[in-house]
Amino acid sequence: MTSPGFIDRFKTGLWHENPGLVQLLGLCPLLAVTSSFVNGLGLGIATLAVLIASNGLVSATRRWIQAEIRIPIYVLIIASLVTCIELVFKAWFPALDRSLGIFIPLIVTNCAIVARAEVFASRNPIGSSIADGFVMGSGFALLLMAIGAFRELLGQGSLFARMDMLFGGDPMRGLVFTDGGWLLAILPPGAFFSLALAIAIKNSIDRRQREIRQQAMPGRGRRATQ
Amino acid sequence: MFRSGITLAVIAAICTALVALTYRGTAERIVANEQAWLERSLQPALSGLFYDSGVTESKIIIPPPHELPGSEAAIIYRVYAEGAPVAALFVVSARDGYAGPIRILVGIDTMGVVTGVHVLEHRETPGLGDRVESTRSDWAKQFNGHSLLDPAPTGWAIKGDGGQFDQLTGASVTPRAIIKAIKQTLLYFEAHSEEIFAAEILETDKEETEQ
Repeated sequence: MTSPGFIDRFKTGLWHENPGLVQLLGLCPLLAVTSSFVNGLGLGIATLAVLIASNGLVSATRRWIQAEIRIPIYVLIIASLVTCIELVFKAWFPALDRSLGIFIPLIVTNCAIVARAEVFASRNPIGSSIADGFVMGSGFALLLMAIGAFRELLGQGSLFARMDMLFGGDPMRGLVFTDGGWLLAILPPGAFFSLALAIAIKNSIDRRQREIRQQAMPGRGRRATQ
Repeated sequence: MFRSGITLAVIAAICTALVALTYRGTAERIVANEQAWLERSLQPALSGLFYDSGVTESKIIIPPPHELPGSEAAIIYRVYAEGAPVAALFVVSARDGYAGPIRILVGIDTMGVVTGVHVLEHRETPGLGDRVESTRSDWAKQFNGHSLLDPAPTGWAIKGDGGQFDQLTGASVTPRAIIKAIKQTLLYFEAHSEEIFAAEILETDKEETEQ
């Protein structure tokens, strides 16, 4: 099933059906770890990897799984994959693992992953399920990074601090613009404000595009005859 | 119904195998990482000292109740250079933090002089209390070179309380708690330093010194 082109599908995952921005799934990790860019990136990568693998596995086994036991099986698959990812993080990115703490094991509870298994992977062939996992995971990861960067910039006056947790080397302070910042941004309320702002920006861009389309095709708009 | 059970069992077996394989592939690295992290996290408390490697092997655990700060077990690592004691590292908890205990590492040399303070674990407010972390500011470095003689015990407080040490803008609870814990650790070391180093005989063929 390659009917919707890859570009279209990418737009869907990153924009029109972004798991965090539109479907509002996986909000717990989204709000909790985005206090800095590197945390957002780390959890984004972990979630992306789990989503790709779980979509692939669910799709591969979909013919043998009876409808009544599908949810326990999804949970089983997702939980094992998350455990594997956690071990991999502990082995290769120990500093990041320490920084993300409980939120790596908690990827299990990210509804975005079960949702994609149920809505997409259980009904589609492996190839497109993996593509769907990649696209949806990227949408989620990019949102984590954007909010992480925004909050870090506002709250600590720096950007890309502690990238050594992912890439090794000495502790890096990243790009430092000011010493300290607007504290609220890195506290939990800042996470809600940032997410709300991101959703508002997305909605306003969507509305503007709709208006542009309506002006271009007057016959189809509601207020077109003005 | 029966078929469902079999499917579940098979999937469970596959998933378990997956986790088991990953575990086998990563276990060695994880143990090595943890050891390396521990050794590395001890380093900031030993600034300017030459010492034998393998500090983590000379660990003593002091179960509560004890006279050190904190209500959980305290850990002491003894640091040697060519077999002679040079310093002791204390892992203790400052109890009066803003959000729960703060786990700190205090290095004290045999003369009772602080060789370094490093915050290991805390839940202080991001942006305020968390600046006691050495990756965020140099606050914890101000204790290096000080002892119970310099300043006098009353000087072991933040400036706002009439002491000698800097506080952090907007956060005085965290620094106050940490300074109190350092002072208590120094007092403990003063009273017990001989016992600490006598606690166990060490094998002499340690690897060569490093900084």
